[in-house]
Amino acid sequence: MSASSPRIAMLKTVVGALILTLLPLPSWLEIIRPGFLALTVLYWSIAAPRAGGIALGFFCGLLLDAFEGPVLGEHALALALLAYLGVREHQRIRSKPIFQQSLIVFAALAVYEFVLFAIDGWTGHALTTPLRWLPTATGALIWPAAAAVLARSYRAST
Amino acid sequence: MSGFATGSGRALQGRGGSPGFRFTLYALVAVAIMVLDQRFDWLERAHSAMQAATYPVQVAVSSPVAGWRWVQKSFANRDSLEGENQRLRTRLRDLELRSMRYDALARENAALIGLRNSLPPVAERWLPADIVNIQLDSLRQRVLLDRGSVNGVTPGQAVLDDGGVVGQTIHVGPWSAEVILITDPEHALPVQIERTGLRTIAVGAGDATSLALPYLPANADIRVGDVLVTSGLGGVFPAGYPVARIAEVHKDAVQPLAHVRAAPFAHLDTDTEVMLIWFRHDSPAAPLKERHGELLTGDRHIQPLPVPVKPAQKQTQAPPAAAKPSVAASKRAATPKPKQAARSHT
Repeated sequence: MSASSPRIAMLKTVVGALILTLLPLPSWLEIIRPGFLALTVLYWSIAAPRAGGIALGFFCGLLLDAFEGPVLGEHALALALLAYLGVREHQRIRSKPIFQQSLIVFAALAVYEFVLFAIDGWTGHALTTPLRWLPTATGALIWPAAAAVLARSYRAST
Repeated sequence: MSGFATGSGRALQGRGGSPGFRFTLYALVAVAIMVLDQRFDWLERAHSAMQAATYPVQVAVSSPVAGWRWVQKSFANRDSLEGENQRLRTRLRDLELRSMRYDALARENAALIGLRNSLPPVAERWLPADIVNIQLDSLRQRVLLDRGSVNGVTPGQAVLDDGGVVGQTIHVGPWSAEVILITDPEHALPVQIERTGLRTIAVGAGDATSLALPYLPANADIRVGDVLVTSGLGGVFPAGYPVARIAEVHKDAVQPLAHVRAAPFAHLDTDTEVMLIWFRHDSPAAPLKERHGELLTGDRHIQPLPVPVKPAQKQTQAPPAAAKPSVAASKRAATPKPKQAARSHT
């Protein structure tokens, strides 16, 4: 496995996830839209921990910060944490069946969302509606599909 | 885990060290960025530059929707165009009639308060702007406009549409500006109930069709159908712009505060075009700018005036009557000296 080829696949999937994140949708779909970029970062930190790792999370987070969020660095911290969790536990997560993976992803996304929630609160932009936790659930639900799509792009690159 | 600690020659993105170490490093950088962005204005330029850099992406992503709208518009059939034309014509006539009335009222008002020349309109310049159809944050109500600092847009500028108040700009990039709508949960708008003049604050409820008025006591005089206008406090909007109509009033005898919802006049969920407004700062209706608790506008010629001394009256009963006019007058009305009561009243 060469070191540079998954990076290109990584970049492509990050751009794809960003487009999915920004695409205008009807408002009910908007609310349940999962964090595509978070899922992508989590996948790459599990599947190729050496290629992207925590740096990928950090820079994807900065990218997301440029588009949304009340304060710069918020998503960077949360996504770096998500990537760290993925990199740390990648061997354990990889060996699990896909259903159990979804549960782990649910927990990881909940941690991610909680970090965002805490930073929102500390910076005085609290968003307390319970609706904000919905993407955590939908993210875990589409994890099998997202992982399959991402795995295809990974395999195509190697 | 030892596999990650390879000190390979690739210096890209700080490779090396355990994942925990690298995470700590990145977390510290992220926290530093956050603190700088939150506490100081140093990153405002970086924010602006990033907004400029992301704008093409946002336009590209929203282009299919914009393209579809353009196609729809270009193939709109004659009937619908005629219908729209008719509707606009009716509206124009209506507005012309109303502005005629307004002119008359403005003149009358000017005459009443003794101004030499009639008041200039409070809005000085305006700029139409398209909403780039993009979701900036699903739960916060923010939109992106295709006008930025190259067009003279500044943060904290009023945004209106043909219905009423839309919101205000928060982040301004060179070619784009982010607008926080009045329905954003973080947005609070000082308003006034037109019928009674009662001032309160309208807070966004998080969806495009309702505003909450959380600070009204349960005994406040407010009814469904009351119109909310801007009160001119807060420094962004001048007084008197229509905001919303009260849609729901729920008063619970147990609760100290009334539960009130209002529907905004602005078409926040369907707008594709809005107006950015610059206000004339010397107009009496202009929003007051405040900095560190002190108003920036003010007239130094207005000084305390001596209280006019009442012409001395012959009767010595005047002082108590002045102190408590209503009670005293009613008491005295009951006494069998009506003449005296009438005199002390004047």
